[in-house]
Amino acid sequence: KTTRGMLSDSRVFDACENRKSKRRKKQSPTDFRLSRLRRDSSGTSRSNWKINTMIMKTNNSIYLCRQSFFPSRNSCSPVQFRNSSFIHIHAMKVKVLSRNPDDYVRETKLDIQRVPRNYDPSLHPFEVPREYTRALNATKLERVFAKPFLASLDGHRDGVNCMAKHPKSLSTMLSGSCDGEVVWNLTKRECVRTLQAHEGFVRGMVVRFCGTSFFTVGDDKTIKQWKMETPGYGEEEEPLNTILGKSVFTSIDHHQKEGVFVTCGQQVDIWDEQRSSPIRSFSWGVDSFSCVRFNPVETELLASCASDRSIVLYDMREATPLKKVIMNMRSNTLCWNPMEAYNFTCSNEDYNLYTYDMRYLDKPFTVHMDHVSAVLDVDYSPTGKEFVSASFDKTIRIFPKDSGHSREVYHTKRMQHVISIKWSSDNKYILSASDEMNIRLWKANASEKLGLLAPREKAAVNYSQKLKEKFQHHPQIRRISRHRHLPKSIYSQSKELRVMKEARRRKERNVRKHSKPGSMPVVTEKEKHVVTVVK
Amino acid sequence: MSPNMPAVEHALLRQRTADLTPIRHLHCTCVSSEFLVKMAKSKAARKSGENMKITSSCETVVQGMDDEDDEELQRALADDIISASEDEGGSDDERKHCKLLEAISSLGGKKRKKLTERSEASIQVSEFTVNAEGEGDKIHLSDLIGTLDKTPSALIKTKKQLKNLQHNQSTLETPLTRKETEKIQREVAFEKTSKEVSRWQSVVLQNQKAEQLVFPLNQEPSGPKRIEQVVAGWKAQTPLEQEIFSLLRMNKQPLHDPVLTPTEEASLRAMSLEEAKIRRAELQKTRVLQSYYEAKAKRGKRIKSKKYHRIQKKVMRKEYLKQFDEMVKTDPAAALEELKKMELSRMKERMSLKHQNSGKWAKSKAIMAKYDDGARKAMQKQLEVNKDLTQKLVIPADEDEEDEEESAETLPDFVNDVEPILDQVNPWMRGKLSTEPMMEESNRLHPPVWPREVGKPGEGRDDQEEDEEQMEETEEESLLRGFEERRKLRQTEDVKVAPMTMEENDDGKKAEILEISDDDEEAVEISDDEEALEVSDDEEAGLSNFTSLFHGLVNHMEPPADQPKAGPGLGQGESPALLEEGLVRVRTLEDVELLSQDISASDTALLTTRDLGTEETDTQSATQQADKKRKKMIDPNEVLTKEAKVIEMPLAPTAVEDVEDKEEQRVIIKEAFAGDDVISDFLKDKRKQEEAGRPKVIDLTLPGWGEWGGLGLQPSRSKRKRFRVKVAPPPPRQDQKLPNIIIAEKRDSSIAAHQVCQLPFPFENPIQFERTIRSPVGRTWNTQNTVQKITAPKVVTQLGAIIEPIAREDLIKDIRQAVTGPSINLESDQGPQKKRRSQQKKKHKRKKN
Repeated sequence: KTTRGMLSDSRVFDACENRKSKRRKKQSPTDFRLSRLRRDSSGTSRSNWKINTMIMKTNNSIYLCRQSFFPSRNSCSPVQFRNSSFIHIHAMKVKVLSRNPDDYVRETKLDIQRVPRNYDPSLHPFEVPREYTRALNATKLERVFAKPFLASLDGHRDGVNCMAKHPKSLSTMLSGSCDGEVVWNLTKRECVRTLQAHEGFVRGMVVRFCGTSFFTVGDDKTIKQWKMETPGYGEEEEPLNTILGKSVFTSIDHHQKEGVFVTCGQQVDIWDEQRSSPIRSFSWGVDSFSCVRFNPVETELLASCASDRSIVLYDMREATPLKKVIMNMRSNTLCWNPMEAYNFTCSNEDYNLYTYDMRYLDKPFTVHMDHVSAVLDVDYSPTGKEFVSASFDKTIRIFPKDSGHSREVYHTKRMQHVISIKWSSDNKYILSASDEMNIRLWKANASEKLGLLAPREKAAVNYSQKLKEKFQHHPQIRRISRHRHLPKSIYSQSKELRVMKEARRRKERNVRKHSKPGSMPVVTEKEKHVVTVVK
Repeated sequence: MSPNMPAVEHALLRQRTADLTPIRHLHCTCVSSEFLVKMAKSKAARKSGENMKITSSCETVVQGMDDEDDEELQRALADDIISASEDEGGSDDERKHCKLLEAISSLGGKKRKKLTERSEASIQVSEFTVNAEGEGDKIHLSDLIGTLDKTPSALIKTKKQLKNLQHNQSTLETPLTRKETEKIQREVAFEKTSKEVSRWQSVVLQNQKAEQLVFPLNQEPSGPKRIEQVVAGWKAQTPLEQEIFSLLRMNKQPLHDPVLTPTEEASLRAMSLEEAKIRRAELQKTRVLQSYYEAKAKRGKRIKSKKYHRIQKKVMRKEYLKQFDEMVKTDPAAALEELKKMELSRMKERMSLKHQNSGKWAKSKAIMAKYDDGARKAMQKQLEVNKDLTQKLVIPADEDEEDEEESAETLPDFVNDVEPILDQVNPWMRGKLSTEPMMEESNRLHPPVWPREVGKPGEGRDDQEEDEEQMEETEEESLLRGFEERRKLRQTEDVKVAPMTMEENDDGKKAEILEISDDDEEAVEISDDEEALEVSDDEEAGLSNFTSLFHGLVNHMEPPADQPKAGPGLGQGESPALLEEGLVRVRTLEDVELLSQDISASDTALLTTRDLGTEETDTQSATQQADKKRKKMIDPNEVLTKEAKVIEMPLAPTAVEDVEDKEEQRVIIKEAFAGDDVISDFLKDKRKQEEAGRPKVIDLTLPGWGEWGGLGLQPSRSKRKRFRVKVAPPPPRQDQKLPNIIIAEKRDSSIAAHQVCQLPFPFENPIQFERTIRSPVGRTWNTQNTVQKITAPKVVTQLGAIIEPIAREDLIKDIRQAVTGPSINLESDQGPQKKRRSQQKKKHKRKKN
């Protein structure tokens, strides 16, 4: 009986509402529902209990309403309960099934279909195994796509001895060989200009900070300044300026902002561009220097590598050098970190590279080992996070600045002793100049895709990068990501070196074991290579 | 200069070499100007290049001289410098002179030896270009002043000074060598530069820690700039503009942020709009409430109905009492205060005759009382009020009537208590029962008495009145209804339990109790007839039962003096039955058996155990009923499938007393570890693992294929049989024959190759590491934004952009940021206080520099 009554009741309302909804279709669903409830609670007569169940359909939503009131206490009787026993009586409860079309309807036809996603973790189990698999795949793919070698610039007729980056143009690069020098255009991979700068080796070259001219030094005891522009038709290839020195210059570097440059040979000379004699020269009981570099950040600071196995620091403003550290073996070159004013890395003859904090020279704060022969050159990436080193062992290695071992090694069959190396100033490429007259262009990141990436591609790259980082400690992933093919000679030599090192360590341990306690102090790897610091 | 210059010099030099060669060892800093001039001249003859050095060395020597002398010297030196180049030609002659001089000087007897000595050139010619000849010989002042004496025009002033200095004994230290000075210079320079370089430390660290670095570093953000940024760079140039700006400045109008003046800002800072709104709303609300209450109070005051006020008062009183009860719990000190107040009011009441029958109204009522029921009631009520007020708050326990009233009026406490958990597993709970049972028992025996019916004085009132009261007491009612329900529940339980309890009691004793209770009841009736009249017979019986029980308990606690007949009998008869459970040791038969087994190992203890056994059997009969209720203890025999080895321990004591002690201890230990049953847990665990390892039958039956399907239709048996796949049993478990071991067979060696075996470096514990692994990164588990945030690369470089080395401007900017805030624009937004602070900091810095 009650059921029928209820139905009729709801039908009435239904009709009412339908009429109403026709009248105002635009009304939002919530309003609609509320109005209905209000009517229910007030409209009917004094009967204290009433149940309404109904399903209503409007254009895009479905309402399922069940409404029941708790019978008031004084009128509560078992009879009534019995009649309405088929419905659970509880406090008023309204359940609504509704969806906002904004959630699933796309705005235009061209949009991608919206796929609502439930991020409830219980619906997506096995997160870790799935991500692990992805990471493993990403690592494998990285190895598959690791093709760092881009191009070889050949044209020199002798070994390439030095290179210089252009400070304003990414596509221009200069290289000096053992018989002359060349300006290159990298994007076209062709030689733009050739000029006979010096007789004999070109020892060093540097582009002025403005990029309009460059300086070269050679074995003929001269410093020459050249225009960057190619001379016009009929003009002769002539240096802007030539300075005759007393001895051979081995290296040159230019100040970051002022018209001052520095050369080294028998002594470290600081030159003003306008003058023919050095404005200051430093010598500190050393007869020959191999490399001198301006600090790119604190632009008045200099550092040089000398043949007496020392690295000397200078301040351009001071009359004397600042400090020097003498190491076990000679350092060939050094490079300042372009983002950290006080850090520099030097490439050493003892197969290692050492990163120093110039304030604490008594020991390097990182020793970078992996090369199996003398390291000839080093250059920092412009981000200051990594550096690349060129070695006599015919390989190039990339080291993170604070890690002891390299993350990458580049080599080709034909590349001989790498003499000079540069990291391009957009952080993407590496240029290596080697003995066998070639300059090679490498990617700084072996598996990186070159060129513009679509946003989704970029996101995918980022994600796989993150995954690799996350699972880097897992043995399989580590193994795959570390795997590199090495030439046999290097492989065997590194093995041999490892054995030697182990043997040395063992011997030391044994000696320590059999000597008076305290008489054989433990010397750490970092301390081992520094002989002394001279103030 | 004249061509005969060498001759002059000759003479001078001779003089010098004779007198005062090593200038380094002069006693005093002052030297006569003449001498210096001479020296300078002699030097000038040698080489033009050395000239500068001489002057410098001379100047260092001449520090203490007068101005006039200084000038003279300067002039002389200047002459020399000019002449130096001219003298080049005569250098040969000079050398000859030198040789000659040396020859002459060598003629002197003393100095011959020294000259013959060969020595290093560096010693003889020091770096200050003064000959070290005659080193060690001291020069006396007289030697120096000797020449002065000859010239009468010598300066008296300098003479005086020199003489003064003669008394001064301290010598000047020799200047450091070049090597050492350079070293010092280097050190100083290094200190300076390293300090300078160290300014970068913060920037470097910041970059290292940065979540993301975007290169090139200081790119200007693309997109439109804020208007303030644009305006900030702009300057007033034309006179009109300047005038306008000066006006604006004078009036403290905002220049850059063209919205608010400083005063407005200040007011804004004082209270934000939202805060103000909230505050206003609060105030409004309080005002409304206040007015509402005022109106209500007024209305209430205006009501003339006495009944209303009476009820109101009553409600107030109840409210007050309720508050007081709460206060007792929460704030005893304040409650004490209230108690004192109540005491005071009681005293007042006792002093006054307000609610006595002496009043006018009361007298009139007393007259009417005979005929009018209402009047009688009113009187009674008044008296009651009096009684209430004069009633002492602390009720003496010994008064029987009071006790009765108490028991009747207020519900016993246990009604409110949660029903005691009859958990017999845990002996602690059982132990607790020892105090409880009397209450429990009394509860069982206590028949349903509804206190309201008993205690209500206004029983015979009109229905209307009652209704009103009910309306008032709805809250209480609801509470009481709850009690009632509980009581009903308990009653139904009691029906079941009652016979048992009745059985326990001896019939005779019960009769006795009833008698006593009857006696008591009579006494009650005498004291308070009104109440007694209304108590129905059943209730009476129940009440009496309860009271008797209570008495019995009390008697048991302290042997009574006033009830010699019933007291002792009751005490003996009831107490064991009531307190039975509490007294029973937690020791079951099995325990005893075990114990006896243990003890039987040793001969000496055998006798005692027998004794014990007999004792136990005695007690057993007494505790039988209690034992029934109790759950079994954890029995190793029952739990362990295998026979437990009896570990031989010197448990059995030699002395009889010790046995009991040990037993007690055993019991205590058993009690303490009653809850955790390790062995059975282990066994369960093992069984579970075995179950899990067992292969399950795979049912591949698909209903509806090849036959009818639907609700309530099962696929046929043959089909089910056909599609049921039985899996071959796995190899036997490794721990099959090892009862005390679970060997996990889940470990998969193929997975181990993919698992991290060592804790990687930066992590401190495996949990940390696992946490990093556990949180997923991908889009499958995270929202788009989160994924973007998580997977953002650490270094971002722009394609084809040249990355310059970090510039010193960055450092300065960083430092400024650290001092003042993120940007210049914000600086203008800052309040005056902040600005001042930053200025102060700047000043400070300047001072430091």
